[in-house]
Amino acid sequence: MAEQIALEVTRFSPERDKVPSIQAFDVPLRKEWVVLDALNYVKDRVDGSLSFRWSCRMGVCGSCGMMVNGEPKLTCATFLTDYAPGPVRVEPLKNFPVMRDLIVEITDFLGKLSKVKPWIIRAKKKPLSEGEYLQTPDELDTYRQFSMCINCLLCYAACPVYGLDPLFAGPAALALAQRYNMDSRDEGKSERLDILSQHDGIWGCTFVGECTEVCPKHVDPAGAIQQYKLTATQEWIRSLLMPWGGKS
Amino acid sequence: MDQISINAVGRKELTTYTEYPPKGYRVRISTYWWLGRWAYLKFILRELSSVLVAWFVIETLLQVNALIAGPGAYQDFQGFLRNPVVIALNIISFFFILFHAITWFNLAPKAMAIRLGGKRVPAILIALPNYAAWLLASVIVGWLVLRG
Repeated sequence: MAEQIALEVTRFSPERDKVPSIQAFDVPLRKEWVVLDALNYVKDRVDGSLSFRWSCRMGVCGSCGMMVNGEPKLTCATFLTDYAPGPVRVEPLKNFPVMRDLIVEITDFLGKLSKVKPWIIRAKKKPLSEGEYLQTPDELDTYRQFSMCINCLLCYAACPVYGLDPLFAGPAALALAQRYNMDSRDEGKSERLDILSQHDGIWGCTFVGECTEVCPKHVDPAGAIQQYKLTATQEWIRSLLMPWGGKS
Repeated sequence: MDQISINAVGRKELTTYTEYPPKGYRVRISTYWWLGRWAYLKFILRELSSVLVAWFVIETLLQVNALIAGPGAYQDFQGFLRNPVVIALNIISFFFILFHAITWFNLAPKAMAIRLGGKRVPAILIALPNYAAWLLASVIVGWLVLRG
């Protein structure tokens, strides 16, 4: 018989259970298998009721984020062999309400994301006939890193501020706001400033820095937030010195 | 609203419906969340270090105050500094301030995304001037204290 590894999975049924529990399964330990493969093995062969989100299996869709041995991970990019001889404990992403087994409720994040207006805002849109908004490679390079976010929410699971204060906008939403602020085609900085410079925005961040550590796409949300703190402070000084002047 | 439903194996079970979207189960965060992970503990120690930075500021203000009040008051202040409890506190504060300064200088490049000639300035070039300024200030203070 092939080598096995113990997979300990959180089980929670909102209809039946008051609190989540842990269920252990023995799964084959294969060199090429990631944690998501092991979960799919359980779902296909052992217990079809096991619920979890996944889609692309290649670190692009951002659906399969879970806690693996206490660390927020994309389960499609986390190899079982790295945890041998086991056990591997798979739990739902921290800091979110658990809906069922490994599925968390992310409506809160989606609301915050749209609040920071993560799209290109133009004071006046030019007609299609005038062509694209052009951008140089250097201009692209200034925000490129922050545009890599796949909304997997590992950063929210790593952020103790979000865990303790659910009103905090959180790393991904703030990094994406900064991504559009730094885009040369965008003209919405002042619209975002009022939302971002609130207490629940950038100033809620205490710079623990773990969001950046766990990000599978090297987005560096902590850096984005600190850079924006600097911008917001400059704007504040400017508004003090020139109370009648317009926002830049 | 509670409702009796029949599950797949024919067993009756009590189903409690909640508002949509349902709230789900919230895991309570332990008061000691910062003990489980070195990065979190390091963060809490860094936050705590500001208290000891404040202590050094107060101590310096007391020293200046004693200096203004005259030689007698200054001797009393020196006596206060010789107290073993104060010595221990100052040693602890010193290490916390070193920790505070080093982590602060290392974080500075994160907040400062300076671009020169289309490229972002490497982190080391932003951290180094901070360390150099720190060294220079230390040398000047050391010279002022030790020259006499």
